[in-house]
Amino acid sequence: MPEIALHILDLAENCVKAGAGHVIITVSLEGDQLCVTIEDDGCGMDEALLARVESPFATTRTTRKVGLGIPMFKQLAEMCEGTFSIRSEKGRGTLLAATFRRSHVDLPPIGDLAGTMRTLIIACPDRPEFCLRYRQDGGEFVFDTQEIRKAVGGLSLNEPEILEWIGEYLTQGLAEAAGSHRQEQ
Amino acid sequence: MKSLAELEAIRQRTLDKVNLRREKEGTRIVVGMATCGIAAGARPVLLACMEEVAKRNLLNVTVAQTGCIGMCRLEPIVEVTVPGQEKVTYVRVKPEMVPKIIAEHVVNGHPVTEYTIGAQDK
Repeated sequence: MPEIALHILDLAENCVKAGAGHVIITVSLEGDQLCVTIEDDGCGMDEALLARVESPFATTRTTRKVGLGIPMFKQLAEMCEGTFSIRSEKGRGTLLAATFRRSHVDLPPIGDLAGTMRTLIIACPDRPEFCLRYRQDGGEFVFDTQEIRKAVGGLSLNEPEILEWIGEYLTQGLAEAAGSHRQEQ
Repeated sequence: MKSLAELEAIRQRTLDKVNLRREKEGTRIVVGMATCGIAAGARPVLLACMEEVAKRNLLNVTVAQTGCIGMCRLEPIVEVTVPGQEKVTYVRVKPEMVPKIIAEHVVNGHPVTEYTIGAQDK
């Protein structure tokens, strides 16, 4: 996958399939470290599944025998001198965390996070709620579909005009968080 | 900076459209969004579908996602179901192909045969 944002999209899809009500994604760029976490309150995994979930040959689907989302993300983190961990409790949810050395030559760009969030909303307009916390060198932007849902009075978030607004809001917020430290200097 | 307050006006405008949309069964455009689809480029394809539907103001079209349907080598895969017609499966879809699929198939009812799974192995 050529972008961190595509990995996030792929892993957030797992949260959706786990029946989560809330998915919290954090992307934090501080110093020489990138930290990505994805947390959900979905069905979680039992110890047996958790033990083999980092293997490419573990999947819950029936259409094919491999599951590459988690192993590819883990491989990338380790390749970039980072760490990978996954915690899960049956019935409670799952927390996945990875770190990367930001200056590592193999680290792909963060990519189109706004596109990833819009895609998740188009795909799952009514549930779960997605929250993205983006931090970069002191700047921060928080995007939460719960706030937006409240502001549009319960309309589905995949209405074209709402989506367009969300896209602009995300693009602007992410750019400001990324640029804020430069303005202060 | 954009503010959430702007959403109130959007809400008012959207409400009327939502009521129109409920009146009849619509076309479904479904994009495969499992790991294989995402890695092959499904995200820009899904966004292109949504943008094209919005641009043409198509009220009775739903854009949705599905998981892996087992033909990973042909991803990104887009399935179009027009009510009363058989489902059509488009394979190795690129964002540039989306306007043509929407114009010819979704709007005018003629599937773009050259992009379909049937044309793939010929």
